[in-house]
Amino acid sequence: MDQLDRIRAEALAAIAAADGLDALEAARVAALGKKGSISALMAGLGAMNAEERKEAGARFNAVKTEVADAIAARKAELEATALNDRLAGERIDVTLPARPETTGRIHPIPQVMEEITAIFADMGFAVAEGPDIEDDFHNFTALNIPPEHPARQMHDTFYFPPGADGNRHVLRTHTSPVQIRTMRETAPPIRIIAPGRTYRCDSDMTHTPMFHQVEGLVIDEATHMGHLKGCLIQFVRAFFEIDDVPVRFRPSFFPFTEPSAEVDIGCVRRDGELRIGGGEGAGWLEILGCGMVHPNVLKASGIDPDRYQGFAFGMGVERVAMLKYGIPDLRTFFESDLRWLDHYGFAFFDQPTLAGGLAR
Amino acid sequence: MKFTLSWLKDHLDTDLDTAEIGRRLTALGLEVEEIGDPASKLSGFIVGHVLEAGPHPDADRLKLCRVDTGAGILQVVCGAPNARAGLKVILARPGTLIPATGTVLKAGKVRGIESQGMMCSWRELGLGEDHDGIAELDPAAPLGAPLTEVMHFDPVFDISITPNRADCLGVRGVARDLAAGGAGRLKPLAIAPVAGVYASPVGVRLDFPSDAASACPLFIGRHIRGLKNGESPDWLKARLTAIGLRPISALVDITNYIAYDQARPLHVFDAATLKGDLRARLAASGEKVTALNGKTYDLDDDMIVIADDGGPLGLAGLMGGEGSGCTPTTTEIVLEVALFDPVRIAAAGRRLDILSDARFRFERGVDPAFAHPAAELATRMILDLCGGEASELVVAGAEPDWRRRIALDPGRAGALGGMAVAPDRQRAILTDLGCQVEADGDRLAVEPPSWRADITGPHDLVEEILRIQGYDSIPAVPLPRPALPAPVLTPAQRRRGWVRRCLAARGLVETVTWSFLPSAQASLFGGGAAGLRLANPISSDLDCMRPSALPNLVAAAQRNADRGMRDLGLFEIGPAFDGPEPGQQRLVAVGLRAGAAQARHWAAPVRPVDAFDVKADMLVALAAIGLATDSLTVAAEAPAWYHPGRSGTVKLGNKTLGHFGELHPSLLAGFGLKGRVAGFELDLDALPPAKARATRARPPLKLSPYQSVERDFAFVVDADIPADKVVRAARGADKTLITAAGIFDLYEGAHVGEGKKSLAVTVTLQPTAGTLTDAEIEAVAEKVVAAVTKATGGTLRG
Repeated sequence: MDQLDRIRAEALAAIAAADGLDALEAARVAALGKKGSISALMAGLGAMNAEERKEAGARFNAVKTEVADAIAARKAELEATALNDRLAGERIDVTLPARPETTGRIHPIPQVMEEITAIFADMGFAVAEGPDIEDDFHNFTALNIPPEHPARQMHDTFYFPPGADGNRHVLRTHTSPVQIRTMRETAPPIRIIAPGRTYRCDSDMTHTPMFHQVEGLVIDEATHMGHLKGCLIQFVRAFFEIDDVPVRFRPSFFPFTEPSAEVDIGCVRRDGELRIGGGEGAGWLEILGCGMVHPNVLKASGIDPDRYQGFAFGMGVERVAMLKYGIPDLRTFFESDLRWLDHYGFAFFDQPTLAGGLAR
Repeated sequence: MKFTLSWLKDHLDTDLDTAEIGRRLTALGLEVEEIGDPASKLSGFIVGHVLEAGPHPDADRLKLCRVDTGAGILQVVCGAPNARAGLKVILARPGTLIPATGTVLKAGKVRGIESQGMMCSWRELGLGEDHDGIAELDPAAPLGAPLTEVMHFDPVFDISITPNRADCLGVRGVARDLAAGGAGRLKPLAIAPVAGVYASPVGVRLDFPSDAASACPLFIGRHIRGLKNGESPDWLKARLTAIGLRPISALVDITNYIAYDQARPLHVFDAATLKGDLRARLAASGEKVTALNGKTYDLDDDMIVIADDGGPLGLAGLMGGEGSGCTPTTTEIVLEVALFDPVRIAAAGRRLDILSDARFRFERGVDPAFAHPAAELATRMILDLCGGEASELVVAGAEPDWRRRIALDPGRAGALGGMAVAPDRQRAILTDLGCQVEADGDRLAVEPPSWRADITGPHDLVEEILRIQGYDSIPAVPLPRPALPAPVLTPAQRRRGWVRRCLAARGLVETVTWSFLPSAQASLFGGGAAGLRLANPISSDLDCMRPSALPNLVAAAQRNADRGMRDLGLFEIGPAFDGPEPGQQRLVAVGLRAGAAQARHWAAPVRPVDAFDVKADMLVALAAIGLATDSLTVAAEAPAWYHPGRSGTVKLGNKTLGHFGELHPSLLAGFGLKGRVAGFELDLDALPPAKARATRARPPLKLSPYQSVERDFAFVVDADIPADKVVRAARGADKTLITAAGIFDLYEGAHVGEGKKSLAVTVTLQPTAGTLTDAEIEAVAEKVVAAVTKATGGTLRG
């Protein structure tokens, strides 16, 4: 074995034996350092003739390259091992909980109001609003409910103490005063809905002293009761997201509409649960009142009843929310119980749209 | 309004069954609340015939019967003492639901002997209390026939009558509507006048001042003598009992019956108690009447009374008086049939809090043309049921003129009602309802009947036509709608939605709370003015309009804490009330955080909520609606319900947008709430209006090609110098180069000395003309130090 083979073998053995970067560096210095074994061989080339030098140089360089490659390969190996050892020491328990994010909710009442708004906005209805504290004129008189009219007994009204002029303001008993305010400020054609808080002096299993209504009003020269039916049937089916909900219009009475109707939807009660729809055993459940705006209401609002006509409707927001989402108890809407809000509330990104569907 | 099927059939000739009549009533707007039909629960019962009733081998009190069902013979064990051979009985076979127990009968063994059925008592059928033995049917009852065919059951209708339909507060009116709706034929009502056989010894008078003459336009009286006020006959008692009225005596029952049959309240006085003539007059203030219910009422001078020489006897249109009413010993009476002003009756009824069948009818309006017929009808019934003889009528006043003509364009049914109805059909409907209809050119001249005061114009006639024709027949037509609807929400409405979803995204849970609260709580939050207190609150806890939603959220936090949920974030968007006039309210977004800022977690220490959490809620919400938050200022001031040192006010210019901070500990203690609570109140109505923009294009994005540079500074300033002042001074030191400045550290302690603090500020320089040189950076840094030093008196920390 000549000297070159010995040097090569020793260097490769030292590289292979290196168990760390320091040992590898020592092996490199021993072979390729200034005073290394291969460097020493290379230094000897100068003493050779051209022929010998050419032949030996090629052999020496081949060994030098082989050793350098071996060092690089071993280095990569050792680095990978060192990284793996470090990473193994950095292990975490991935089953530990992530950092907490508190998630908020949207209350069903505003959510359902937005659903209702999305449907009617698509039919060209704007959203009008009015004050919660109303005067007698807007809440009653202009709506064709004169003092002492028996219809006032349909409303358990909250009153304020009489003002300096002796008149008592009220908490609006319905959102219908917004009809009056809108008609007095806007020339027909009018299409609005008016969502808002309403108040009646009544509190039991099925009544709360405050609740929410959405009023609707259409005034123009041609809208008739057939449109009222068409509009509300479309609404009911869009809102409940059930195509074939049976809808029934039943004659009724409201002082501010004539003709008047109540609207029932089909529902089935089974095992204590209420399901909207028709079919065997289906009954009817009232969901809203409506009718053609009474000429006296138009007159009180400064609109010529011989030229203009239209319809109005009003529905309870909690009622339709309870029906759609299966919420059993009206009173729970106002208790601010976090467990209830979490269960019946909506995610902030659940923005109701007709394109995406109103609800998941 | 209740009535029975047989009662209805007194007025209506119909073949329809109970359920169909119910459907027709609802379709006519006479909404059926309930039909109590005893027969509906008795479908499985049949007539059985007891062939043998022998002893039970193992029980002395039981009998072993063989019962013929008509289709076979059953063995039935029975404990009834009256079970005997030959009896026709009501038989339940296995599978039949027993109404009284709600259970289905099963075949089984009784004391070891198989029993294949049950013979029922009236009580087991829910038809009475009689449980002494099994029911005994007519021996002629056909064997095997369903019980419902053998016995007569009178279903009870309970319908709700809307306030406009005074005429349907009597069975006659209901029958008329049904007949007009095609449910049968209205039977004629023949009321023959009763000839008086003597002059009434008691006269009637109307004593009203001329400005109150409308209070009682007509008063008819009649004296009847020689009668006997016993019990009513069974048919009358049965009808009254069926609709929930208690039979009292024939005279009282007759007046009740006519009230429900004809929607016509009447009154009878015991003539022996009267002094002089009867007169209708206004009460004098201070007069009192003790009514039939035993209560004494203080009257005022708007109320109508029926009086005699001795003073007021009864409350006109509401309730008779205790002293002048009929008793079992009454032998002579005066019948009162009067017309009263509905408004006065309603007002008096409300003020005296009297709910009576009479008030209910008078305030909705009784038929002005039916006073004379009612007097004759009542006389006839009294003479028939109580005997005696009647005087001539005495009459004061006259029937008011109720006739009116309405011109109806037959096209209105289509134009308003959306359903074209042939003019002849319209005429027929209106005629069936009692209107007089004549052609008047291409219009109809319609005179509504006396009992339909609610029909005042063509729209009312259209409703009648649609109602009778059926709302189901109105074709539903889609509302003509824009091809592509434009957005409809106002800028303020859109902002409200952004604030709502932004706050929920930040982890706050939206709630909705009452607009009212206890006035003591309102006072703690700057409200509670007398004008904002309800005159008739539902309870003292809800007696005052809220000055803010914050107290309600505090109360909600306390309720949740009581359930063990101490860490929470709530918000509400709703009204706050500043004054008692319509419009004196603001829309506010109010939030509250209580307890720990986050749930306990292995990697993060628990931190109680603080003012900066709610400051962030408020500022992020303001940013969400598009307000540039660096245009806002925060002042260290807030209303008294906040912690005085840990609260602030957010302003835009000098306009206050809202407050935030920790809530005052003593206020929280008052709510029973422990731990730290922070809240904010954002006045959405105080926000500047959104600017209208012609396009949705954003301003061009200007990016500098040169790298920005950040330089940090630490200033030692007096502890009471607001950080904001330091930032603003630094930010303003070079308006072209400095694009941002912010605080990144705060140090208070020994190193900076008592009463001092160190604020570390990072300043961002953004060159636009070329890369900054060290000298340029140094020059800006010097300007920053100079500006902060000048503004705050602070020094650069060495």
